[in-house]
Amino acid sequence: MAYGPKIIDHYENPRNVGNFGSQDSMKSDKRIGVGLVGAPECGDVMQLCIKVDEQTGKIQDAKFKTFGCGSAIASSSLATEWLKGKSLDEGLAIRNSDIVQELSLPPVKIHCSVLAEDAIKAAIADYKKKNGQAVEDHDHDHAAAGR
Amino acid sequence: MSLKLPVYMDHAATTPCDPRVVEAMLPYFTERFGNSGSRNHRFGWEAEEGVDWAREMAAKLIGSTDKEILFTSGSTESNNLAIKGAAYMYEKAPAGSKNRGHIITAIHEHKAVLDPVKRLVKEGFEATFLEPGEDGLITAEMIAKALRPDTILVTIMWANNEIGTINEIPAIGKLCHEKGVLLHTDATQWVGKMPTNVETDNIDLMSWSGHKMYGPKGVGALYVRRHRPRVRLQALQDGGGQERGFRSGTLNVAGIVGFGKACEIAMNEMAADAIRLGRLRKKLEDALTAQIDVSKINGHLEKRLPHITNISFGFVEGEGLMMAVKNIACSSGSACTSASLEPSYVLKALGVGDELAHSSLRLSLGKWTTEEQVDYAIGEITKAVKKLREMSPLYDMHKEGIDLSKVEWAHH
Ligand SMILES: Cc1ncc(COP(=O)(O)O)c(C=O)c1O
Ligand code: FES
Repeated sequence: MAYGPKIIDHYENPRNVGNFGSQDSMKSDKRIGVGLVGAPECGDVMQLCIKVDEQTGKIQDAKFKTFGCGSAIASSSLATEWLKGKSLDEGLAIRNSDIVQELSLPPVKIHCSVLAEDAIKAAIADYKKKNGQAVEDHDHDHAAAGR
Repeated sequence: MSLKLPVYMDHAATTPCDPRVVEAMLPYFTERFGNSGSRNHRFGWEAEEGVDWAREMAAKLIGSTDKEILFTSGSTESNNLAIKGAAYMYEKAPAGSKNRGHIITAIHEHKAVLDPVKRLVKEGFEATFLEPGEDGLITAEMIAKALRPDTILVTIMWANNEIGTINEIPAIGKLCHEKGVLLHTDATQWVGKMPTNVETDNIDLMSWSGHKMYGPKGVGALYVRRHRPRVRLQALQDGGGQERGFRSGTLNVAGIVGFGKACEIAMNEMAADAIRLGRLRKKLEDALTAQIDVSKINGHLEKRLPHITNISFGFVEGEGLMMAVKNIACSSGSACTSASLEPSYVLKALGVGDELAHSSLRLSLGKWTTEEQVDYAIGEITKAVKKLREMSPLYDMHKEGIDLSKVEWAHH
């Protein structure tokens, strides 16, 4: 499949690859939210970690690790770039369609962007849960990929 | 000499045409353009001579007689003609009835075998789809267990196109002959690479294709046994009665001559090629499995074609890997698209864990593959896997000692 230049750029120079320590240490750090979505059997797993500034309540850093195709890697790389400096609510407002548009993802790759949106939501929900904040329900259903 | 990129390592998909093949074909487009069916003038005779010569080469390559070779458009057509043609000819009950006869095949055959068999099942035939073990092999013993009194045809490929494993064709053929059942083998990946003799290998019907053996695309052959037993087929394509009525249509003379030339070259060169490619593949596999942890060669390690390797790399995804090795033309064991999030059905048949199946590469070497290209591939693939693992949450978990099969994944 031929990919657009933006996907290739994010794929070849992924931004913000990494995490904030081991699974255990991230679990015990209240400033950190981790979203792990997808499954190895499906060919894509995304882990998105956010670090929230306790003073401002804004996302001060974001990192990702993705097992998946080039579009999944590019989508998560882009998501981390967009998250930095945003409030949690602003983060939650990111839609997979924004990612599709920015990267010009072809239709068969829309689910890769859905996964990125899910990862953002899961990371923010994880942070909120750790900090005793209410988590709005959201739809985990990938069948709704046409959004 | 500088390396020309990308490097082609997908010879199981198709091979370049040997220049000697192209040269043999050229006159048949212009001066000798005749219809081999024209009996009354020189143009027809010249074309016929070309076809006769090619038929002789094809027959020689597989140890048959000329009359047992039918020219087709490739293995897909040969498989369809062999499987459906034999089923309709040897059916136990006419169209419209049930239990028209039993066919044995395997779940990791090429689609050009599976789909004709599935169509026959819809039309009232029954089929057994054998499952291989972890080594990918189909043995005579497995066939023996599946045979029934109403079995009319066994169709088992000689060598698998994704993993290169070699099935026990001579032994399966012997068993079939004892039981009076026909054996068809899709030998697309085998003939022209490995020695073949339809007599001692006990074969009744065999398909192969020009473009997998340095010949042109769109031309192939079907071997149809004429003695002990005399195999009859129902034609699928009716018309002018060419190819003894089995396959009507004006012959693709230039393509057939090219096919013949490819057969002639293979006879002389395949033994040496196999030894050289076996060495190169060993170098490739040894280096990759030594430099990359959690990597595994799929399929039986010895009973394999010498030029194909299929390797799984844990914790990296196939399509991402293909993108990372864009200067190596090869194929991935998986096609993760939204339409089908399925890992390769062939690897699945072997019981390769799904997460491993998602990250396998098939590399297939050919006549003009150089050591320099192999060295380049080793470097690129190692680099790509390392890069993707740095990005892979699964590799992190693996290193932290987390059992991936115990994690609760958000399945979709
Ligand atoms: C095992 C096998 N059978 C059949 C085919 C189809 O051959 P052709 O392209 O000549 O129709 C192929 C090639 O893709 C193959 O590898
Ligand atoms: S992750 Fe499956 S196609 Fe992108």
